[in-house]
Amino acid sequence: MPHDHDHDHDHDEGSALSPIALRVKALESLLTEKGYIDPEALDAIVETYETKIGPRNGAHVVARAWSDPAYKAWLLKDATAAIASLGYTGRQGEHMVAVENTPETHNLVVCTLCSCYPWTVLGLPPVWYKAPPYRSRAVIDPRGVLAEFGVTLPETTAISVWDSTAEIRYLVLPMRPQGTEGWSEEKLARIVTRDSMIGTGLPRAAA
Amino acid sequence: MNPPDDPVFNEPWEAQAFAMTVSLNGKGLFTWTEWAEALGAEIAVQGTRSYYECWLAALEKIVEAKQMMTGKERLARIDAWDRAARATPHGKPIELSKANSIS
Repeated sequence: MPHDHDHDHDHDEGSALSPIALRVKALESLLTEKGYIDPEALDAIVETYETKIGPRNGAHVVARAWSDPAYKAWLLKDATAAIASLGYTGRQGEHMVAVENTPETHNLVVCTLCSCYPWTVLGLPPVWYKAPPYRSRAVIDPRGVLAEFGVTLPETTAISVWDSTAEIRYLVLPMRPQGTEGWSEEKLARIVTRDSMIGTGLPRAAA
Repeated sequence: MNPPDDPVFNEPWEAQAFAMTVSLNGKGLFTWTEWAEALGAEIAVQGTRSYYECWLAALEKIVEAKQMMTGKERLARIDAWDRAARATPHGKPIELSKANSIS
């Protein structure tokens, strides 16, 4: 990022940083001087979350579970270990629980408190996941929320809503679509969307 | 609802605030449960603030609660950066002078 200054240029006398940029610089410089943080480590963290961690990790997990019954059983029994076995470990994935969608039950994940989310498999949460309407309505009106996402389920399908916490993160294991028999894991992973692993979407239909 | 290029961070300061929190938690300076409580408390009174503005406010509070710095130090440093920025011509990097950085 080439520029430190924000958009509120003061053209007569030097530069001006936005109030929020000033607050961030104040924290960063004090924490660095006191030895609590290292600016290079911060850059590495940002790069990791911008480029290396995202929903394709979760899609790999789902595709493996669809392809390998033993892996699926392990995922449903001990998601933390099963996910770690594919190399996805670390922050916000310490205690993972996988919940399986079936014709009888559809699972939906929310964090009513703030924005707890399984970073290791899905990356950072999308804007709507962090916003008040979703956080408040997912619990009281899950069917209405799903309809807004374009998901209509049979009346006979129950909806289970899982409230994430700082300790427990949920990953939805969507149902494998019809017509995908014999597909490779790579091909399967491409139809697994982020939203299908939160429960606000379904995998892309097999074309 | 699944845009492929939803940016992870909208502005550089959001990325910095995020990374500071992850880094401090990684060093054991607070637990993630403590962080979720701090962030949740800000989000409960979010008002018109953005998500990352709540995040930053929670971070400011937790570093003080954990005695990594005082509120007085923090406010003095904000003021120092403000003065440094205003005294810096366009196109030059903004740096704190030695006198400014001692708060």
